[in-house]
Amino acid sequence: MDMAVASPIVAHVPPAPQVTTAVPRTPGLSLAVEKVDLAFGGIKALRGVSFSAAAGQITAVIGPNGAGKTSVFNTISGFYRPAAGRILLGGDDVTAMPVHARAGKGLARTFQNIALFRGLSVLENIKLGGHHLMKAGVLSAMAYSRAARREELALREEVERRVIDFLEIDHIRHRSVDVLPYGLQKRVELARALAMRPRVLMLDEPVAGMNREETEDMARFILDVQEEWGVTVLLVEHDMGMVMDISSHVVVLNFGEVIASGTPDEVRKHPEVVRAYLGDES
Amino acid sequence: MGNVWEFVEFSLLGLLSGGVLALIGLSFVLVYKGTRAVNFAVGEIMMFGAYMYYAAHVTLKLPPLFAFAVALGLVTLLSILIERAVLRPLAGQPVISVLMATIGLASVLHGFVEAVWGGDTLEVPPLVPRMPLRFAEVVIPGAALGNFAIAAALITGFLLFFHYSRTGIALRATASDPVTASTMGINVRYAQRLTWILAGAVGTMAGVLIGASGGLSPLLASTALSVFAVIILGGMDSVLGVIVASLLIGWLESVVVGYFGGKVRDVLPYLVVLAILVVKPYGLFGSRDIERL
Repeated sequence: MDMAVASPIVAHVPPAPQVTTAVPRTPGLSLAVEKVDLAFGGIKALRGVSFSAAAGQITAVIGPNGAGKTSVFNTISGFYRPAAGRILLGGDDVTAMPVHARAGKGLARTFQNIALFRGLSVLENIKLGGHHLMKAGVLSAMAYSRAARREELALREEVERRVIDFLEIDHIRHRSVDVLPYGLQKRVELARALAMRPRVLMLDEPVAGMNREETEDMARFILDVQEEWGVTVLLVEHDMGMVMDISSHVVVLNFGEVIASGTPDEVRKHPEVVRAYLGDES
Repeated sequence: MGNVWEFVEFSLLGLLSGGVLALIGLSFVLVYKGTRAVNFAVGEIMMFGAYMYYAAHVTLKLPPLFAFAVALGLVTLLSILIERAVLRPLAGQPVISVLMATIGLASVLHGFVEAVWGGDTLEVPPLVPRMPLRFAEVVIPGAALGNFAIAAALITGFLLFFHYSRTGIALRATASDPVTASTMGINVRYAQRLTWILAGAVGTMAGVLIGASGGLSPLLASTALSVFAVIILGGMDSVLGVIVASLLIGWLESVVVGYFGGKVRDVLPYLVVLAILVVKPYGLFGSRDIERL
């Protein structure tokens, strides 16, 4: 008889994130940027940029507008070829590797301006994250062979348990991404990156334009991803409160150069950083 | 009552011819969506495919299905060649230069076909029985019905492929945002090449259907002329738009020819398209960001 009374309360308890423990962890890889130079015509976007993101930790790249944060991200992704320097992923040189091959190495990212596939549903978008994990080739997938089917089912299950439940987006899975509110679109983009089973996750301004509550949700998701999955996280963010709260290592860029790096506390007090953000008078 | 039956007959013939039109339109839209290239050679690729079929079936006397497979294989090679030699070097160039390249490609293919086979109409053995279908006073040629059925089946197959298969979804993702698709591990070059191959295959099917029911000549390529009306009306990047617009244009052409004769055929449907575009400038189903050329 108690059940009838108790069940409504039980229903309000948020589901515990027990789902992730059963899944084998894909340990994070370290990421290193070594003396990278990048130029667009005569403009030097990056000059001798070096830093590293320790495996399984959260590293933030901060800096004023135009400091080169997104250029660093795009170089790591492989959109830009640096004029000099190397990108090391888990110790392997990936500088010359094409963009799509880096996905296979465990590199995943989100974009500053949401880059979901318009016209596709939430689930289709997320499943595309698992695209590189499936081995069945074009022709067998075309013919819907048994192997392709099995892979498809396995991927679906993984996506369901690890990603959709985890990010609490179950209720919108069949909606078209075009109609979702901004905060949810950001979350779907994160979900898609997670479906890639990343070992290094790069987040380009994950909470830009979000309100306090959405920001806190996102910060919690990022921390959970790092703690429970052991993924290396590299993020670019303007929200200083969040950066200082969740990062263990902070790299500060200004005019394409690293001007400081260290723990959040060290960086906060660094005179160069204060000058970069507040100007010379301060 | 005779007039009513006449109208029904014209209408049915028109709608049925819209099926093959939709197939050609699909060939164009695939490439436009997948690679943002405006392919003015869509008619010539279709014609080339049909001649390959002719060569395999009539000249080499291969059975139809086998000949068709040979034609598909050759058009696939052509598509890869086009993608590799013409389009990849132009990647990142303005849309207009790609468009000009496809116009050049069209003349090359046209010249090749005329040089080898001449300009005369060649007889192609029919694929579907010529038996007409009658009910009441309406007579529908078997070829029209068969072509429509084949086209409809192929289009349905393609829609299913694009909606449910992993490769299809990856192709849609590449069409929607190639940069992001590459970060998902999708090889955008392969995807775009596959897009050209699929478009070439669809075009070949259309070409073979038309050739096998109406004879084969280099003029086949100009069938694509009404397809441009279809594509523009349907909205360039919408498969649904192409299907609806094909049926509409097919119907219009047939009714206009039936009542006003063949000369008006090349004018009136386009006037209607123009009128619709005045009201809906992005086509019936097109997305808003299409650049008008």
